[in-house]
Amino acid sequence: MTTSLLPARSHLDDLEAESIFIFREVAASFQRPVMLYSIGKDSSVLLHLLRKAFYPARPPMPLLHVDTTWKFREMIAFREQVAAAGDLDVLVHINEEGLRQGVSPLTHGATVHTDVMKTAALKQALDKYAFDAAIGGARRDEEKSRAKERIFSFRNAQHRWDPRNQRPEFWHTYNTHVSKGESVRVFPLSNWTELDVWLYIQRENIPVVPLYFAKPRPVVERDGALIMVDDDRYALREGEMAQMREVRFRTLGCYPLTGAVESSADTLDKIIEEMATSRSSERQGRVIDQDPSASMERKKQEGYF
Amino acid sequence: MTTSSEKSGVVVAKGLLRFITCGSVDDGKSTLLGRLLYDAGVVPDDQLAALAGDSRRLHADAGDVLDFSLLTDGLDAERQQGITIDVAYRYFHTVRRSFIVADCPGHEQYTRNMATGASNAELAVVLVDARKGLLTQTRRHSFICGLLGIRQVVLAINKMDLVGYDETVYDEIVTQYRELAPELGIEQVHYLPVCALSGDNVGARSSRMPWYRGPSLLELLESIDIAVAGASDFRMPVQWVNRPDHSFRGYAGTICGGRVARGDEIVVQPGFQRARVERVVSPEGDVDAAEIGQAVTLCLDREIDVTRGDVIADALHAAPVADQFTCHLLWMGDVPLMPNRTYWLKVGTRTVNARVMSIKHKVDVNTQAKLATRHLELNEVGYCTLGLDADIAFEPYNVNRTLGGFILVDRENHATVACGMLDFALDRSANVHWQHLDIDKSVRGASKNQRPLCLWFTGLSGAGKSTIANLVERRLHALGFHTYLLDGDNVRHGINKNLGFTPEDRVENIRRIAEVAHLMVDAGLIVLVSAISPYESERRAARELFEPGEFFEVFVDATVEECEARDAKGLYRKARAGLIRNFTGIDAPYERPQAPDIHLVTAGRRAEQMAEQVAERIPAI
Repeated sequence: MTTSLLPARSHLDDLEAESIFIFREVAASFQRPVMLYSIGKDSSVLLHLLRKAFYPARPPMPLLHVDTTWKFREMIAFREQVAAAGDLDVLVHINEEGLRQGVSPLTHGATVHTDVMKTAALKQALDKYAFDAAIGGARRDEEKSRAKERIFSFRNAQHRWDPRNQRPEFWHTYNTHVSKGESVRVFPLSNWTELDVWLYIQRENIPVVPLYFAKPRPVVERDGALIMVDDDRYALREGEMAQMREVRFRTLGCYPLTGAVESSADTLDKIIEEMATSRSSERQGRVIDQDPSASMERKKQEGYF
Repeated sequence: MTTSSEKSGVVVAKGLLRFITCGSVDDGKSTLLGRLLYDAGVVPDDQLAALAGDSRRLHADAGDVLDFSLLTDGLDAERQQGITIDVAYRYFHTVRRSFIVADCPGHEQYTRNMATGASNAELAVVLVDARKGLLTQTRRHSFICGLLGIRQVVLAINKMDLVGYDETVYDEIVTQYRELAPELGIEQVHYLPVCALSGDNVGARSSRMPWYRGPSLLELLESIDIAVAGASDFRMPVQWVNRPDHSFRGYAGTICGGRVARGDEIVVQPGFQRARVERVVSPEGDVDAAEIGQAVTLCLDREIDVTRGDVIADALHAAPVADQFTCHLLWMGDVPLMPNRTYWLKVGTRTVNARVMSIKHKVDVNTQAKLATRHLELNEVGYCTLGLDADIAFEPYNVNRTLGGFILVDRENHATVACGMLDFALDRSANVHWQHLDIDKSVRGASKNQRPLCLWFTGLSGAGKSTIANLVERRLHALGFHTYLLDGDNVRHGINKNLGFTPEDRVENIRRIAEVAHLMVDAGLIVLVSAISPYESERRAARELFEPGEFFEVFVDATVEECEARDAKGLYRKARAGLIRNFTGIDAPYERPQAPDIHLVTAGRRAEQMAEQVAERIPAI
């Protein structure tokens, strides 16, 4: 009889094991996999799991960051630290055509900016490197259309998602077959919640961008969101004034599109405590999600992550 | 909401519970799930505010009563948009446990969706309307749960308020379900009278049903113990060979049975190589031992050949190995199952070619009656025999889900067309061994001074396949080659006499012709096959019987119009008149070869020219 002398496993152990299985399945089944790296907390957890899954080998896939040129400066600095570790390649792709046309969230609005600098840019990069599997950090608890998405989510040669025609997924027996030009998006954190992510970051001591921790930052209130003025491109309107307020970010994206929350949580313990008593949804600070013509489901169909 | 901070605390003691909810909206399933999330204190304020607004708007006469079904409205939105109703996953924590709920659609046309949810679940909450008792759908839901290996069910008898909280109504339903559950393989049932609308026995125990002394639904879910299936002998499918440099060679995988410790003797299956475990590398670094559910990397004490798809098992208690099985199959393809067609089968981390050899019967999902059938259509369950082209290490599904559960994938369009549960190995495969013979194909070919091969002519009826093949054979014969022409029409008079022209029979027809051609090539002959062979999948299966460079697909490419204009046998005229059914090109499909080895476009060319083109490709040795 095998009476276990091993310590009882927590739900984080289960989630970790599931994610590692998914990473290994991708590496074993695809020709050119890549991990999409967005520099946020979920990406930090993904990167940690990627390293664990293949230890002691180097991770067998590069990271790809689609840079809209509007990320917080602290995010870019953090990305450079990750690249400096030297155990994996960090590819950075910018939609140069969009840049030449001067597409920005300030002049073109959130929807156009996201379409051109994120979605189109991602497709360019996937085509350029001919990646057949792209791993992302999306979680099903984030948003309704994500709750319906598979862990191995098929994309046709035009990178489109067809929510009506998804492959059924049984057990952890994933169908990884694609034809040339087709690809899958893979979501190892599908079954994690925001709280799980923070608990795991705490348990594993995973570095994250300091913007997640509260501190006085210059913010301006615009359209109900607290926007941090991260550089001179953000021109203040008449009557607007940047003021120092103690804020932090629950999600990170392009700074003009990412609302801060007032908070005094400046440590992991405090963030987790705040989460436990938090009564609002995670993505409420995302300006893009609230644009009704640009629902997540539509964006995803067109190739957004 | 005073309980919120306490309920959504962060100490999670009892691990993760994955469960599904089944029932239809009419049973109050959305309401129950919404109420459960609310009582667990996990509904954010912004959602709660929206809920209050929506409830007031939709139920103006109901005052400030919250409609909890609106909390799970992802599904309602799907319905409005007419999207296939899919499993919706929800996540919540309480101080005692973390939960993943797969909210499964209940209607028969969504059986496959329910099965996907059930495949990863340890427990099911089955909803019954107290006024209606057990219905056909209760039976169907319980059957699918049992089929997918869920051994524990919570039978939530809902709408108790509408039967006056009457204990006898509850008792009657309990008695009925006690009879049903064992038939379906459900070992343990927890019975629970609830009223989802008012929350009685959902989060907290109800004072309206003092005769019920058990826990509330939430208390039950928090405390229930799940027996770990497969907690027996050590099993680990190899996912990835980790070999960063010559100093390290490890086999990465997730343990799906038992435990492994340093020093244990293991065997690599389906082969017989043994070794001892030298290191167990876990995500936390080297450990002494690891057990089911952990993702690890094992290093062995000697160099043996291990690849992805192998199973590392306890050497003293190895897994059974076979290549023929009986199994349950849930069909999910839009195109019905074709017995004898080759599909990819993935079990654990192994992918092999497989075909369903026979459908013993199908199981009516509503009544569990066994019915004779030759087809298996979308959402139907069949009991089948299965043949693989290689041995696999396996376990019956009820012993180990990972080594007993498989998917079938269509080799052409890559759709997942079935999930299956292995039952028994067929003894016949274990007892029939391949006999090694000293005289082989190359020897036989050499004595004929030729390289044996197969020329496979495919194309529409009347395209000229047999005419051209005949000319090629005459030419080869004149050059001194030893040949045989297998004509599709001719074999139907003999070995394939019992086959017709249905899709299923066409698949079997081509399989037999391919096997016969293969035997003849093995005998050292140059074999010419002339058969319509309309499906890409079967032509590909034929090619795979042969070694590389041994099989040439010759596409005799004539349009339907050309063939019909020619119509030497008068078949097109009969087909147009409705006298012949399933006629390729008229009312049955022809899938054009995507990459034929030899492509003969017939328009404006003489058969002799084309025969010459083919014969030129035959190499002498």
